Amino acid sequence: MLAKRIIPCLDVRDGRTVKGVNFVNLRDAGDAVELAALYARQGADELTFLDITATVENRGTFTSLVRRIADVIDIPFTVGGGIRSVADVGALLDAGADKISINSMAVKDPRIIDTLAKEFGSQCVVCAIDVRSNHTFDADGMLGWEVYVAGGRTPTGLEALSWAVEAEDRGAGEILLTSMDHDGTKAGFAVELTRRFSDRVRIPIIASGGAGAMEHFTEIFTSGGADAALAASIFHFHEIDIPELKIFLEKHGIPIRLNR
Amino acid sequence: MSSIVIVKYNAGNIRSVLCALNRLGRDATVSDDPKVLRNASRVIFPGVGEASSAMRYLRQVHLDEVLLSLQQPFLGICLGMQLMCSRSEENDTDCLGIFESQVVRFAEEPGLKIPHMGWNTLGLGDDPLFAGITDPAWCYFVHSYYVPASKETIATCTYGQNTFSAALGAGNYRGVQFHPEKSGPLGERILKNFLEISEDRLW
Repeated sequence: MLAKRIIPCLDVRDGRTVKGVNFVNLRDAGDAVELAALYARQGADELTFLDITATVENRGTFTSLVRRIADVIDIPFTVGGGIRSVADVGALLDAGADKISINSMAVKDPRIIDTLAKEFGSQCVVCAIDVRSNHTFDADGMLGWEVYVAGGRTPTGLEALSWAVEAEDRGAGEILLTSMDHDGTKAGFAVELTRRFSDRVRIPIIASGGAGAMEHFTEIFTSGGADAALAASIFHFHEIDIPELKIFLEKHGIPIRLNR
Repeated sequence: MSSIVIVKYNAGNIRSVLCALNRLGRDATVSDDPKVLRNASRVIFPGVGEASSAMRYLRQVHLDEVLLSLQQPFLGICLGMQLMCSRSEENDTDCLGIFESQVVRFAEEPGLKIPHMGWNTLGLGDDPLFAGITDPAWCYFVHSYYVPASKETIATCTYGQNTFSAALGAGNYRGVQFHPEKSGPLGERILKNFLEISEDRLW
């Protein structure tokens, strides 16, 4: 049976992890490779690295970091953040990334999804969609969601569900769905939002934003219909340990990868 | 030390496989030179992407006949395995014909996500590739097309209503639908088995 996936997300700036990672058993908590290796050993199913490097000059450090990650990590990993061209994607895949997450670039020019899917295959094209509820209702009385870009700062006017369907039609292999309303709240994932997306598109949905307790993961996999769940700080700050989480989920009937 | 050669063509996720071999303390050459391929002790044929463009390229550079005639242990991965089959529904492509099996697309099922992406367990057959592997054998898959179970199947996997070939074997040829290079310690063990297998045990 296909397992639901647990995906820790690491924010990387100038080649180092940020968000105040707090691990006592690492020599260098800022080293993305060391932290990634720890998560992989603990049973993370995939890893995501988001480059939040501010300056263009330092972006090369991300590519060399991706090479170092690929040397060490024996599970799939996605990289994203600030990708601006097909050439950027090619360089990151050559460096050993398994998947590329694109966001603003795809909103700006949706045809880039077709190009990437054709050039590199749908399996490596993750369309990241950051949404906020726009507090309007559609004809069925369902809440609407709007797509935001630039780290959730800039509204686009795009209706999120139709954007997800378009991304799928153009060849995206997966949707990384972040609810900006839930992100950072630790009050739980956006269950209703994720369920609507999961029912509507046929490609896998990674739910992101709001994880604060183990029950939230059970809920997003069952009621939310998510295929994978992504979280950052709860893992970085030891609030939830991956092995403990996976045992908890298995006990609650969620198909999960556990090696005995 | 015997030489491992990774087939160089237009659809390889070559770096991931190279890194996995390096983690096993082994190096590999990446080549499309028929002579280098024929002299290798092991040949690995990775693949991601689309079948018809990959086959078109392999035919253009005459690698199709070379791959078909190799005698040493040969391992196709993901699209590599599918290209080793006789035919693929992906853009109606005639493939290498190393395996008699055919490749078909996952049928639509309510609630079934396509591609089949993520970790799933193997139903293990008796093959030296799986020496020392015990249940639950979790491996990482990403694919929208699959090979139905056939007499060439050496491991199965179930997704939705389909139990399909997670691995195929015939003579010196092996193919795996999952990515051993991305399947943690278990995938590493499968790669190690492939590298260390005694050649006469494969037939």
